[in-house]
Amino acid sequence: MDKEKKYNFARGAVKALADIQLRENLASATQTLRQKRLAVFDDPEATEALREIGSRIKARGLTHLPRLLEELEARCTQNGIIVHWAETTEEANHIVFSIMDTHGAKKVVKGKSMVSEEMHFNAFMAARGKEALETDLGEFIIQLNNEPPSHIIVPAIHKNRKQIGKIFAEKIPGTSYTEDTDILLATARKILREHYRTADIGLSGVNFAVAETGTLCLVENEGNGRMCTTVPPVHVALMGLEKVVEKLDEVPPLYRLLCGSATGQRITTYFNMINGPRKKGERDGPTEVHLVILDNGRSRMLADPQLRKVLQCIRCGTCLNHCPVYTRIGGHAYNATYPGPIGKILMPQLEGLETYGELTSASSLCNACSEVCPVKIPIPELIRRLRDESYMKKGVGVVPGHGYKRNLLESFIWKGWRYSQTIPLLNRAMLKILGLTGWLLPNVGPLKKWTRSHTKPIFAKESLKKRIRQEGISHE
Amino acid sequence: MTDFPQAPSTVYYFGTCLSDMIYPEAGLAGIRLLQREGVEVIYPSGQSCCGQPAYNSGFPDEARAVALAQVKAFSGSDAPIVVPSGSCAGMMRVHYPLLFEHEPEYFEVKRFSQRIFELTSFLRHSLNATYVDKGPPITLTWHSSCHARREMVCTEDSKFLLKQLANVTLVELTNEHECCGFGGTFSVKRPEISAAMVKDKVRDIQDTGASAFITGDCGCMMNISGHMEKSRHPISGHHIAEFILERIHG
Repeated sequence: MDKEKKYNFARGAVKALADIQLRENLASATQTLRQKRLAVFDDPEATEALREIGSRIKARGLTHLPRLLEELEARCTQNGIIVHWAETTEEANHIVFSIMDTHGAKKVVKGKSMVSEEMHFNAFMAARGKEALETDLGEFIIQLNNEPPSHIIVPAIHKNRKQIGKIFAEKIPGTSYTEDTDILLATARKILREHYRTADIGLSGVNFAVAETGTLCLVENEGNGRMCTTVPPVHVALMGLEKVVEKLDEVPPLYRLLCGSATGQRITTYFNMINGPRKKGERDGPTEVHLVILDNGRSRMLADPQLRKVLQCIRCGTCLNHCPVYTRIGGHAYNATYPGPIGKILMPQLEGLETYGELTSASSLCNACSEVCPVKIPIPELIRRLRDESYMKKGVGVVPGHGYKRNLLESFIWKGWRYSQTIPLLNRAMLKILGLTGWLLPNVGPLKKWTRSHTKPIFAKESLKKRIRQEGISHE
Repeated sequence: MTDFPQAPSTVYYFGTCLSDMIYPEAGLAGIRLLQREGVEVIYPSGQSCCGQPAYNSGFPDEARAVALAQVKAFSGSDAPIVVPSGSCAGMMRVHYPLLFEHEPEYFEVKRFSQRIFELTSFLRHSLNATYVDKGPPITLTWHSSCHARREMVCTEDSKFLLKQLANVTLVELTNEHECCGFGGTFSVKRPEISAAMVKDKVRDIQDTGASAFITGDCGCMMNISGHMEKSRHPISGHHIAEFILERIHG
């Protein structure tokens, strides 16, 4: 945590911007993802209608969240799934750890789970002598290289084929360098198959948890999710509490939105619906299934009608692919579990504004994210809200760390600006002074930052207001 | 879909603060284009800024005070209010109701918001403006502000007007959908990222081979032109109103 507080976002961004290889990898990969999305969502009207449905399903689910979660727990329990509630990530980690302990488990194979990233699960387990192995190919690659994911769907998006070939050659004994993706894939598969066979626990995330049936839906493309949830004797599923949906009928539109937005697919290669452990007479599947439902501040977000909109997110990552900031600096520069636009509105709410408030400044509020969000989260609106919270008086705001940016100088400047824009006489005087002496403005503060990459603006000698009077245009 | 008033006799004009401070000729050109269609244009002197800088920077109280000053300045009649900027128009039309959602002035502000129109959309849909090009042949490209594109949805209207100019060849910009990096205070709060964005935008503009770029927003123009001048590759940038006015006068 201390390390995160000290992290300098501006420096991280500058470093990323200077990395030409990174810029190339990001530009090319995100462009491909954008094009693929567009190829699937090629009918703007139908897409808009689908987004509207998706948005309403998630918004309604949040309105009824406590009831849906209770229903989910009851149905899952009926189905033989053991349900655990975790208020904090620490609690969640301890729950999984104690499940492992009960079974004398040493090794856990993991399907892709952002909640496990949020929990810093791998580090927690490593510190306690347990082995946590990523099986999603992208996650597998960056785990080899000891890096965190840089994208919520494509964790190794910052690496190209050659870099991956190099990582394999360096980190996997007996592997020689190749750029051939088929060979790289076969190498990974061979290693992973052995791990599935010998793992004690299989861990997965959850994309949708259906309350009426107690079904855990898992969306994936590599089959690693199915392996993790069927081969080891015990399956542990992790979910944020916002993942619950009311009815099975609500899954198909959300699934279409997720696949189309995330990878530009109509459906994924695998879609798993998990209804419980192996039943009597069944020949495969885990004998025990656990579901860990994590809060980690989500209940607090839910309490505010505007801030709760972040909980509609289905983690498709398309806002990252469309963001002019993310596509230039990549995920690592954010130094956060969730990077990009969604990270800007989620991280400060999860971990506090004093830690992650700076991320909200990394947006020109261009609306590219909200234009494509499959569940229509008004991301720029929430960025603005968090910027407001950053300056709010203690006790007035609701986000942890609110008011962390409050300072007399900025308050004074904005007060001054306000008077110059609300008192006509003052406004005219300001325009006159700027026109006459604007070129004398010292090159400090914001102007200094501006002139690093722009020429100094030239203030008009005569303002529009003055020109209007000169030209005899009616001005009441 | 916006409901455009048909051939109104009088309109109000909101000039924008950037036009007041830096680009008065662009603001004036918008007025001339409206007058040319036989409309009486009134410029309320009490106007200043739409309030967007504070609204986007975490100072909603200041934004509300400035917004109310505009509502008051334009309260003389119910005439439509025409704005030569997609961004300022978006602030007043789309964001004012959000800014006042929990305020007693909500309905007054909402009525004001519904009177807001972006200049090129208004010229096209309310006034059916047509232009005869008297200028020499020129190749240019168009840059759309994000709020013109995504809030006022007026990009096609701006291009519709430009395409009436017979001697103008319009080359589409690669990555036209992407922000130029201005974002108001963003450009000075995150100058490193903003600079990377404008650098790419300038490269895309230069790659079109156009001899000028046209935009409907003075903010983008200041950002793009300012960066071009600094990097000594200037291609002239023009506000669409100023450009059209110049072309039809030859």
